[in-house]
Amino acid sequence: MSTSSTSPTSTGTGAEYPGEAPHADHEAHQSTHPSDATYIKVAIVLAALTAVEVGTYFIDDASTTLLVALLLPMMVVKFAVVALWFMHLRFDNPIFRRAFVFGLTLAVAVYVITLTSMQFWSPNYGS
Amino acid sequence: MTEIVTTPPVEDPVVHDKGAVSHQTSTGVSNEKLAMWVFLGSDCLLFGGLISTYLLLRHRSTHGPSPSHEFFDIPFTSVSSFVLLFSSLTMALAVAAIHRGDVRRCRTFLTTTAVLGSLFIAGQVYEFTAFVKEGLGYTTNIFGSAFYTLTGFHGVHVSVGIVFLLSLVVMSLRGTLDAERAETVEIFGLYWHFVDIVWILIFTIVYLIP
Repeated sequence: MSTSSTSPTSTGTGAEYPGEAPHADHEAHQSTHPSDATYIKVAIVLAALTAVEVGTYFIDDASTTLLVALLLPMMVVKFAVVALWFMHLRFDNPIFRRAFVFGLTLAVAVYVITLTSMQFWSPNYGS
Repeated sequence: MTEIVTTPPVEDPVVHDKGAVSHQTSTGVSNEKLAMWVFLGSDCLLFGGLISTYLLLRHRSTHGPSPSHEFFDIPFTSVSSFVLLFSSLTMALAVAAIHRGDVRRCRTFLTTTAVLGSLFIAGQVYEFTAFVKEGLGYTTNIFGSAFYTLTGFHGVHVSVGIVFLLSLVVMSLRGTLDAERAETVEIFGLYWHFVDIVWILIFTIVYLIP
């Protein structure tokens, strides 16, 4: 037995018809939303990371290299946690992630090139 | 045997969000939400430019204050950071509440987020005032110009967010914000979390690594 459709349109969400796709997508999206308890746990993690970041302020005679080595990874982790959980990038349609990551990657690439061209990474920069 | 399946009319309204009626999109996702993500992606370029400019210019001043742990009031700014971080939690809880159809709880969390955002802005105004009293105006030196431009742009983003938050609160009081408009709250939530993300960068790069 074969099945044929007059004009099926694939939306990439597994639904056969245009009218079904967003609804099915929304239902799936809803069911994967984090619970309130998860949000609170994520916030506690972010607060703990921020507390550690602030703690570096109290390290006497900390070199810039040490501060960068400690703080930049924590900054990146906090950035990712907010984007993935609070902004739902972990659960939403990948097209949103692609749109945001494209802009973010472009910004990082453009400004790393700019800083490099200005010799920002040189130890003598600004002196 | 061939079974013929008929296609529903494409122009039929489609349920997107708990009864909300919107139209079919070619991507299968909400156009409004996609537009917000594209806007946030482009805003990365704006803040990337401002942060890079600050990094390039902060130690180029020949006179006036310069960035240091002694100049910045880190404990005060840390409290502001925690306030903004907490506002992201309340915003996420507001989005979760409206998706469940709990408008009252959503309104409470939106109001809390607006109050926390206002506290952050009040802290920024206090901080700017203190810096001006210490001799760092917008045109005092190149560090001042870059610093106020970067943090000021972020402050404007937070202020715009507060206006949107209050608009959502008013909508909920008028009964025009319900579970059917959950996506409106979610899209605004994306903007608010992005503002928090930008502050995560500014707090580390500007304040903690002077």
